[in-house]
Amino acid sequence: MLIDFIASVGRQGIEKFQTIGRATLLLYGALVSKPQPKKMFPLLMKQLYSVGVLSIAIIMVSGLFIGMVLSLQGYIVLVDFGAETSLGQMVALSLLRELGPVVTALLFAGRAGSALTAEIGLMKATEQLSSMEMMAVDPLRRVIAPRFWAGVISMPLLAMMFSAVGIWGGQLVGVDWKGIDYGSFWSVMQASVELGEDIGNSFIKSVVFAITITWIAVFNGYDAVPTSEGISRATTRTVVNASLAVLGLDFVLTALMFGN
Amino acid sequence: MESSETLVSIKNVSFSRGDRKIFDDVSLDVPRGKVTAIMGPSGIGKTTLLRLIGGQIDPDYGEIWFDQVNVPQLKRAQLYQIRKRMSMLFQSGALFTDMTVFDNVAFPLREHTDLPEDLLDTLVLLKLEAVGLRGAANLMPNELSGGMARRAALARAIALDPDLMMYDEPFVGQDPITMGVLVKLISSLNQALGITSVIVSHDVPEVMSIADKVYLLSGGKVIGSGTPDELRANTDERVRQFLDGDADGPVPFQYPAQALDQDLFAKKTSK
Repeated sequence: MLIDFIASVGRQGIEKFQTIGRATLLLYGALVSKPQPKKMFPLLMKQLYSVGVLSIAIIMVSGLFIGMVLSLQGYIVLVDFGAETSLGQMVALSLLRELGPVVTALLFAGRAGSALTAEIGLMKATEQLSSMEMMAVDPLRRVIAPRFWAGVISMPLLAMMFSAVGIWGGQLVGVDWKGIDYGSFWSVMQASVELGEDIGNSFIKSVVFAITITWIAVFNGYDAVPTSEGISRATTRTVVNASLAVLGLDFVLTALMFGN
Repeated sequence: MESSETLVSIKNVSFSRGDRKIFDDVSLDVPRGKVTAIMGPSGIGKTTLLRLIGGQIDPDYGEIWFDQVNVPQLKRAQLYQIRKRMSMLFQSGALFTDMTVFDNVAFPLREHTDLPEDLLDTLVLLKLEAVGLRGAANLMPNELSGGMARRAALARAIALDPDLMMYDEPFVGQDPITMGVLVKLISSLNQALGITSVIVSHDVPEVMSIADKVYLLSGGKVIGSGTPDELRANTDERVRQFLDGDADGPVPFQYPAQALDQDLFAKKTSK
């Protein structure tokens, strides 16, 4: 009984490590190679469009609403203390430090990550990856690499857009609806937001999340069992694993950046 | 010289997947410029054999010689060089679904050559003409019928004028007309371009009509080989069962299992 239990724990542990090993090899094979900018550029552009540009709408709309809600809730609390002029600071710092990178990452995992996994998984199931290999074209470089870079490049930009639109949403509610003074809303914000501490860390966070999500997404697609069920599992795994990884990493990064 | 007449030579290859032994000491030769067919029941690893030749998987034991190089021992870069000289038609066609038929056929040319765009244009249209799909150049793969998709994939497979063409079940799921077209295409490509062809299939009449040499695989071993006529005259009962399509014989109708009464009653008695 106990032996069986230990054995199964051990087996699962080994499988986990093997998975991590395969994922690392995948990333190594995709990224470590002689760069071919001429071939890579059009592929990257296409992926930037489908991974990044097509995600702009959902990111902007979500950012707007989050900023508006944040501002409204903040106003309700702050106005009791007569501190509603600090609303700009609260909205901007919350968005830049946490909500911008994290919510963008979660939306990105659901919108772009799942699409990447499903697309690559389906390419595997329909033998497109195999046939590419037989045509002496490395699918890691032709298929995985541009998608990976597209994710890593576009997500931090999306997170910046999210924060910017969110702050604008905050102004809509705070200044235009609730009547906080325009000048104090913005000047308090400007006085409190630091370039390195807040915007810089926000950017670092979103780059880390982007690498994590895109890596998980392309690996799950490439490693998927090539059947309809396998692809659906892989897609689910991408969204679940990427979301959990983002939330876990966010705590670690926050502790490192703002802990002391 | 054996090497000049034989393009692919498989020597004593064994391969297993998990506990299941797929090939057990298989040896066969693919003569240059001829059509060689590998036949056998479904699920005995005929596709695996093609993947072994293409170096996508490595055998447990044995050697796979392609034009005097041993494929499993090649380094990655050398393997990719060799693969430019071989081509494979996948069962599903495996066209890239995000490109037009034209771009699909142009894909290997664009990847491996630096041809100017107008020359590439001519080449691709000629390849499409050869399979009768010049008019479908601007269609997307999802607009093609199954037979057309396979022909488009064939045009892509011959784009780089390979020395070796491997066909994975080219006739499966095709209507009689398409089947006839494919048979004609395969043999005319073989004769006109001098391409060595390996066909993996279980469609007996079609294969027998175009093959110069046939290997019959079963249970991980070669059970019969020769020209189609020699094979028809073969009296081995395993060969006869496959060619005549008998339901039961040396290849059992039943998947291996314990005795029926045990399966049905053992559970009840054990309770």
